Amino acid sequence: MPEYIAKTALEGRAPLDVAGTVLMEVDHGRIASIQPFPAQEKAVAKVLKPLGFGFPAVGKFAVKDGALIAWSGREQAFLIGVDCPDFGKAAAVTDQSGAWVSLDLNGPLAVQALARYVPMDLRLSAFGVGSAARTPLYHMSAVILRLGEDQFRIMVFRSMARTAWHEMEVALKTLAARAA
Amino acid sequence: MKIPCPLCGARDRREFYYMGTDDYLLRPSDNATEAELDNHLFLRDNPAGKTQDLWYHETGCGSWMVVSRNTITHEVYGAELVMERKKEAR
Repeated sequence: MPEYIAKTALEGRAPLDVAGTVLMEVDHGRIASIQPFPAQEKAVAKVLKPLGFGFPAVGKFAVKDGALIAWSGREQAFLIGVDCPDFGKAAAVTDQSGAWVSLDLNGPLAVQALARYVPMDLRLSAFGVGSAARTPLYHMSAVILRLGEDQFRIMVFRSMARTAWHEMEVALKTLAARAA
Repeated sequence: MKIPCPLCGARDRREFYYMGTDDYLLRPSDNATEAELDNHLFLRDNPAGKTQDLWYHETGCGSWMVVSRNTITHEVYGAELVMERKKEAR
C-alpha cells in the first residue's frame, strides 16, 4: 500500500537537548498492527521468520536490521520499519504508519522525566532493557520501549504529537532547572 | 491501589476501567425468565469482605480481568483474565 501521509507528525522539528538529555522525533517508517486469529500463532510465526522475528512475548520487543517488532497489547504486535509480509488468513493486519508519532528520549534525565507522566514502575528490575509496555503518558495512550538503560522510544497517537513533545519538554526543563 | 494485570504486572489503578461484579459474565440464556434477567441486570450483592469484579486495562494491554479484592481491608488478592476463563469453559 502507498503511504499517503508523507510527512512525519513533527516534520522539521529539531531535537531538543536539555542538559545532555535529548528528545527527538524518529521517522518510524511503516507500522503494521498484527493480531493473530485464534490458534494461528504458529502460522503467524512462520510468516515472520524470514524477517528474523517471532511473535513477541508479552511486554517484549526485538530489533533486527533496522526493523522492529514490539508487543503492543493483548494478542497484538506492531511490526515497524519494514514492509508487512502477507499474513493471509492467519492474522488481522492494519496499516498504522501514519497514525503514530515516535519520539526517542535518551540521556540521564530520561527516567525521571518519564516518571512524571507514566504511572508504571520504570526501575530496571521491573522494566528492563528490551521491554515494551502499554501505559498512559500523561493521559495519552502510549507504547513505550526501553532501548537502553537511559534510552526510550515513546509512541503516541499522531494527533497528540505536539502535546507529548510539550509535556516531555516541560518535564526535562523543570528537572534541569531544579538541578542547576 | 495497584492491580496485578496478568499480562502487564502490577499497574496503577488509573490505568483501569471498572465495570462491576463478575456476575456480569454469567449471562442468562435466551430462555431466561424475567426474574432471572432482572437479577442479572439489577440485583447486586454488596459484600463486606471478598469481592470479585470486572476491570478493563484501558490504557494498558486492553484485557478484561476478574480482580479479587477485599472491601474491608482493601487487600487485592489477584487477577485472572476473562479470556482464560472463557477458554476453560469451552
